[in-house]
Amino acid sequence: METSILIALMATAITAGTAILFASLGEIFTERVGILNLGAEGMMLVGAVTGFMVAFKTGNPWLGAAASMMAGGAMAAIHAILTVTFQANHVVSGLALTIFGTGLSGYLGKSYIGQPLPNPFKPEKLGVLGDIPVIGPILFQQDALVYLSFILVPLAWFYIFHTKMGLNLRSVGENPGAADSLGVSVSKTRYLYTIIGGMLAGLGGAYLSLAYAPSWMENMTAGRGWIAVALVIFATWNPLYALVGAYMFGGIDALGFRMQIIDLQIPSYFLSMLPYICTILILIITTYRARKSGIGAPKALGVSYDREDR
Amino acid sequence: MNSPLRLEKRTSASTTVNLMIPTISVILALAIGALFLLGAGHNPVQAYSAMFNGGFGSVYGLTETIVKGIPLMLCALGISLAFRMHLWNIGAEGQLYMGTFGATWVALSFPDSPAIFVLPAMVLMGMLCGGIWAMLPAVPRAYLGVNEIITTLMLNYVAILWVDYLVMGPWKDPDGFNFPLTAQFSDAATLPTFGDTRIHAGLLFAIAIAIIIYFAMKRTRWGYEVRVIGRSQSAAKYAGMNIPKNIIIILVLSGAVSGLAGMAEVSGLMGRLQQGFSPGYGYTGIIIAWLAKLHPGAIIIVSILFGGLQAGGFSLQSSGVPAAMVSMLQGTILFFVLGGEILTRYRIVLNFRSKDTGGKSTWKQAS
Repeated sequence: METSILIALMATAITAGTAILFASLGEIFTERVGILNLGAEGMMLVGAVTGFMVAFKTGNPWLGAAASMMAGGAMAAIHAILTVTFQANHVVSGLALTIFGTGLSGYLGKSYIGQPLPNPFKPEKLGVLGDIPVIGPILFQQDALVYLSFILVPLAWFYIFHTKMGLNLRSVGENPGAADSLGVSVSKTRYLYTIIGGMLAGLGGAYLSLAYAPSWMENMTAGRGWIAVALVIFATWNPLYALVGAYMFGGIDALGFRMQIIDLQIPSYFLSMLPYICTILILIITTYRARKSGIGAPKALGVSYDREDR
Repeated sequence: MNSPLRLEKRTSASTTVNLMIPTISVILALAIGALFLLGAGHNPVQAYSAMFNGGFGSVYGLTETIVKGIPLMLCALGISLAFRMHLWNIGAEGQLYMGTFGATWVALSFPDSPAIFVLPAMVLMGMLCGGIWAMLPAVPRAYLGVNEIITTLMLNYVAILWVDYLVMGPWKDPDGFNFPLTAQFSDAATLPTFGDTRIHAGLLFAIAIAIIIYFAMKRTRWGYEVRVIGRSQSAAKYAGMNIPKNIIIILVLSGAVSGLAGMAEVSGLMGRLQQGFSPGYGYTGIIIAWLAKLHPGAIIIVSILFGGLQAGGFSLQSSGVPAAMVSMLQGTILFFVLGGEILTRYRIVLNFRSKDTGGKSTWKQAS
C-alpha cells in the first residue's frame, strides 16, 4: 500500500511539474542569450487562455497547444523589441509583460471561466513501457505533452551545449561584443531565443489549461511563472537540472494536495504556502552554493548590447 | 549608415522629452486598448467616456479617484526607495497585506482603547509588519546576493494566503454571515475622513512620506549614500560605505511604507480586514514609481491619475467590459514608456544625403 501511494505521488509530481518545466526551459534559452524575461508568468497566462480558447472552439487540444506557443512567442516578441531594439530595462519590461499578460488573459478568458474542456490531453499508456513495474506508472502513463517534455529536455541540453548554434547562443549571453566580432548577430540571436522562450512559456501555460486543470481560471498559474524563473537559477541554466527541479516542485505541490486529502488538521492555506516558501529556501541555498563554486549567470544577463559601447 | 534615421547619444536628458514620453505613452496605450475593445465588440468611445466619467467626471468620481490613489501613492513611494538603490522590491503587495495584518491585530486586540493610543499603535504595527516582511528577503540579499525579485514576489503569495487564513479562520466575524472578513473596528481605530467624502487621513500620510523622502534623499548624508550605492556599488565600497547595512535599511523602510499603505487602507477606508481587498496596488505601484522616475512629488500626481484609472475601471465593469482591461492598459502604458525611454538617451537624427555636393547634412531634432 505504501509503495502504491508513493508511485501515485511521483506520477502526480511529474504532472504538476510539467508546466513549470516548459516555462523553465524557455527561460533557460532566453537567459542564455543574455535576456532576463520576468514576464514568464504573463506569457504562461496568455498561453493558457489562448490554448484553452482554441482547443475549446476547435475541439483539438493540439491546435490549442500550437496557439498557446504562438501567443507566448508574440508576448516575448514585445519583450525582445523593448530590451533588444529599445534597450529598455529588462526587469521593468518583464514586469510590464506580466502585468499586461495578467490583464489580457483575464480580458480574453472572461466568458470561458469554469467551462470544462470537452477534449483535453488525457493520460495514455505508452505501450509496453507503461507496463514496467514502478517506472511504468510513474513515467509512461502520462499525457502527450509530458512525453513531449521528456524529448524536449535532452534535445535542449544537446542543442545548447553540443552544437554550433548552441555555442553561438551561449556566446551572445556571455560576451556579446566578442560574439559580434565573430560574425554572430547579437540582436537576431537575442530576438530568436527570447521568442522561443516565450513559446515554451506559452506551452507551459497551456499545459495547465489543456491537461492539468483542464479548464480556464483567472490567474490560474498562481506564481508558477515566477517559480520557473527561480528554477533557472537552481538549474544553473542547464535543462537537465531544470527537469529535476520542476519535478521537485511538482512533488511539493502534490504533497500539499495529498495532505489536504488525508486531513492533518493543517489549514489548507499553510499547505498552499509551501511552494512559495520552498522556492525562497531553495534560492537561498542555491545562491550560497553558487557563490562557493563560482557557477553563475551568463555574464551579459540583463545587459542591453549597444554596438557603439563596444 | 544608409538609413534616413539615425540615433545619436544625448549628453544630457531633456525635460520636454521626460514629460512628452509618459503623455504620448498614455495616448498610445489607450489607442491599443481601443483596438482590443473593438475586437471584443465594445464601443471604445463609450467605454472610455464611462471610464473618464467614473474617475474624473463628477465630484464623487474625483474623490473616489483620490481614495484609490492613496494606497498607490504609499506603495509607489515605498517601492521608489528600493528602486533608488536598484533593489527590485516587487513585494509591495505582500508588504501592504502584512501592514493590514499588523494594524488589524492592534484594532481587534484593543477594541476599547482611545484613538490617541490605538491609531499610533496601528501605524506602528502596520509599518513594523510591512518592514519585517521586507527584511526577510533583505537579509539574504545583503549578505548572500540572493535575487530579491523572486523572494519579494514569492512572499506576496504567502502574505495573501496568511490574511486569507485569518479572515476565514480565527479572525472571522462571528456575525459576518460567513463572509471572509473581520469584525468592524471601533470608531477609535478608524482614521478620520475629510467631510462627507471617503478620502481619509492616509492622504496626509502619503504627502508627509513624500516630503520626508524628498528631503532625506536630497539633503542628508544617508540620501547621498543611497544614491552612490545605486549608481555604483564598487565606488560606494571604495568610499567605505556599508553596503549590506544600507540594503537592509532601505528595503525595510520600503516595506514599512507599503505597510503603512495597508494600515491606511484598513483603518481609513474598509474599517475591517477583508479578503482580496487589493486589486494589485503593490504591482501598480511599480508602474507608478517607474513612470514618475522615482520622484516623490511626481509619484503623488501619477498615483492620482492611476487612481482614476482604477476608479474608472469600476464604472467600466458596469458597461460590460471586464475589469482586467485596467491592468492591460497599465501594462501597455509601461511598454510605451519603456520604449520611449530610448529618446531620453538618444536623439533621432535625420540623415540627408545631397546628390549635388555629396556631402551630408544633418538636421538635429531638438526636442
